[in-house]
Amino acid sequence: MSILRPAATMVVGFTLLLGLAMPAAFTSLAWVVLPAESGGSLIERDGRVAGSALIGQNFASGRYFHPRPSATTAPDPQDRTETVNAPYNAAASATSQRAPSSQALLDTVKERVAEAGPAPVPADVVTASGSGLDPDISPENAARQVARVAQARGLPEDRVRAVLAENTTAPLLGFFGPARVNVLRLNLALDGTH
Amino acid sequence: MTLIGWAQIALVLILVVAAAVPLGRYIAAVASGRVTWLRPAEVLFFRAAGVDPERGQDWRGYALAMLAANAAGFVLLFAILRLQGMLPLNPQGFDGMSSWLAFNTAVSFVTNTNWQAYSGEAAVSYLSQMAGLAVQNFLSAASGIALALAVSRAFARGGVRELGNFWADFTRITLYVLLPLAVVVGLALVALGVPQTFAGYVTATTLEGAEQVIPLGPAAFQIAIKHLGTNGGGFFGVNSAHPFEGPSAVATAIQIWAQTVIPFALCLTFGRIVSDLRQGRALLVVMLGFVLAATAGIYAAEAAGNPLMTELGVDPAMGNMEGKEIRFGMPLVALFTATTTGASCGAVNAMLDSFTPLGGLVPLFLIQLGEVLPGGVGSGLYGMLVFVLLSVFVAGLMVGRTPEYLGKKVQAREIKLATLGVLVLPATILGLTAVSMVLPAAVSSIAAAGPHGLSEMLYAYTSAAGNNGSAFGGLTADTPWLNGTLAIAMLLWRFAFMVPVMAIAGSLAGKVKAPASAGTFPTHGPLFMGLLAGVILILGGLQFLPSLVLGPLAEHFAILAGKTF
Repeated sequence: MSILRPAATMVVGFTLLLGLAMPAAFTSLAWVVLPAESGGSLIERDGRVAGSALIGQNFASGRYFHPRPSATTAPDPQDRTETVNAPYNAAASATSQRAPSSQALLDTVKERVAEAGPAPVPADVVTASGSGLDPDISPENAARQVARVAQARGLPEDRVRAVLAENTTAPLLGFFGPARVNVLRLNLALDGTH
Repeated sequence: MTLIGWAQIALVLILVVAAAVPLGRYIAAVASGRVTWLRPAEVLFFRAAGVDPERGQDWRGYALAMLAANAAGFVLLFAILRLQGMLPLNPQGFDGMSSWLAFNTAVSFVTNTNWQAYSGEAAVSYLSQMAGLAVQNFLSAASGIALALAVSRAFARGGVRELGNFWADFTRITLYVLLPLAVVVGLALVALGVPQTFAGYVTATTLEGAEQVIPLGPAAFQIAIKHLGTNGGGFFGVNSAHPFEGPSAVATAIQIWAQTVIPFALCLTFGRIVSDLRQGRALLVVMLGFVLAATAGIYAAEAAGNPLMTELGVDPAMGNMEGKEIRFGMPLVALFTATTTGASCGAVNAMLDSFTPLGGLVPLFLIQLGEVLPGGVGSGLYGMLVFVLLSVFVAGLMVGRTPEYLGKKVQAREIKLATLGVLVLPATILGLTAVSMVLPAAVSSIAAAGPHGLSEMLYAYTSAAGNNGSAFGGLTADTPWLNGTLAIAMLLWRFAFMVPVMAIAGSLAGKVKAPASAGTFPTHGPLFMGLLAGVILILGGLQFLPSLVLGPLAEHFAILAGKTF
């Protein structure tokens, strides 16, 4: 008996403190101090949420820069027990979970390489990310898409290249983390360019 | 590997060690009851629970109290997960978990494993996350640290029975160490983009006009303690690879810092408790050496890329990018992976199942070495002390003297218990993997063909038995067989290892402390550190090398030969 009371009291007490009171206080604090970040870094366009700056979204049109391949899926509307490919489905983050020796993975990569233009292809053009929601591409990947985007939009390549340069994030302090390009921000900037 | 890459790794590790020094001192002060700035809250818990923090407990009393607290935590968490469909703060209307999944998940979080057979944003309500899972992140971490303090005290004094009071240690560590750190780290993560809100999921209209459902939640606070407590259970399905869970290179660096700072600090706390800081420093150096070696191994393997892809025309300059995000870069992926598996955390910022065979072998082997490099909060230190006893025993055998550590004679009883303890891990991992590889119900969970399939199964039991929680995620883990046996593996290591360790502590506490003499083997110098590293490596290698040859090494040589599966 002597250990049941402290055990139950401590677990219930700490659940109230750490599981309810603290998260409520912390959430309020975060909301006051960092309203945009705590709310998911949402981006609004024309009064509607157009996405989150941190979450990648799918782009298929030639007018836009394209993100990396994504392994996310969604339930098949025909048969709910099956899934279908649904790139950048943020409701269910997922990766391919393919082994490096997987023939299925290599077949997929081979197809993507064939579509990607001249070799050698930057690795992020043909590989799926860990989350399926990677918001970024490498600057090398982006550079290969400049000509296509410029042509589709009827813009000079230099103009597109300038927008790309403005939307390329350099490593912090010049060395920490890789250089990267946020695809959604870049495409939003392009839509604002005439 | 590049110089800039190693500069990033070095910067993070320097910040870890720089913080571990004052933190180690602070935890020692908390352990002795000298820290009092939250006195009213502390006293409230003691009064309500009816405990006297000054009353010492012997090893049995201490261990029983810990088991009772964990059992109560399990019951409450299991109930919350089963009933979440009827409970508030469930904006997405998720149903309660199935009983096998709730059992597995509750065991997983109570044992500080945080193996996850579910995907956070698709199955768990906000209430289950913050009042169920996150609370156990705190409490399982506090339990581990408390136990490490009790074991440390056994070496500090001579001729005593009492190792401290579990309830006092448990309450003080939670209030004075884990909670303030979680608030600070949590705020830093929010600033970098990790959500913290009770609002439901948002539906966005993408630039191309499609609908995208964006999951949110009270994530940052839970993610902070998930790393600080070396728990590792992600708020979102893909853990710290999720852009909301690991939004940038800086965020991932903070998480690496958070998941290693307490395990390293506890070495120095140990040094202070035994009044010989050099002893703690020696343990820290050995742990750090393994972390560096493992980071180098993963970094080299992943940065080289997948030769099969290079052959198809993929530029190997970025390394093996399947399952990896752009924003972290290979050096921080390598350091994150080495520390998350070395420190028994189990969070991931890249998908281990898609690592190259050697890049995946390193984290697997790190867990198999016993989760002491630096190990989970608390469990890493007491696990390391078991290896220390085995090392002084080996040294004693070589020169024909009764082994001693910190003036305590290490005798047959302690060595028998230590051996019993370290045998739990290989018996659990290899036994359950072997059984699963011949059971059709288990084999059907494997996703990959060829040797990688064995790696997936081996990794699952290694991760569960080592209380790590990371996974080769291709394995379909949400089946009755895997939910059940993996839960058993988690319980075995956490508790079947902990009881012999506490028995050793009880036995050592009662022995008188002999003063050091000319014949005493110094346990703070490079000779001892080398011996300790050797014992850890040889013991782990002997136990697990055959399984590693059949899994990752076989796959490595198959890839070199151009063979796929």
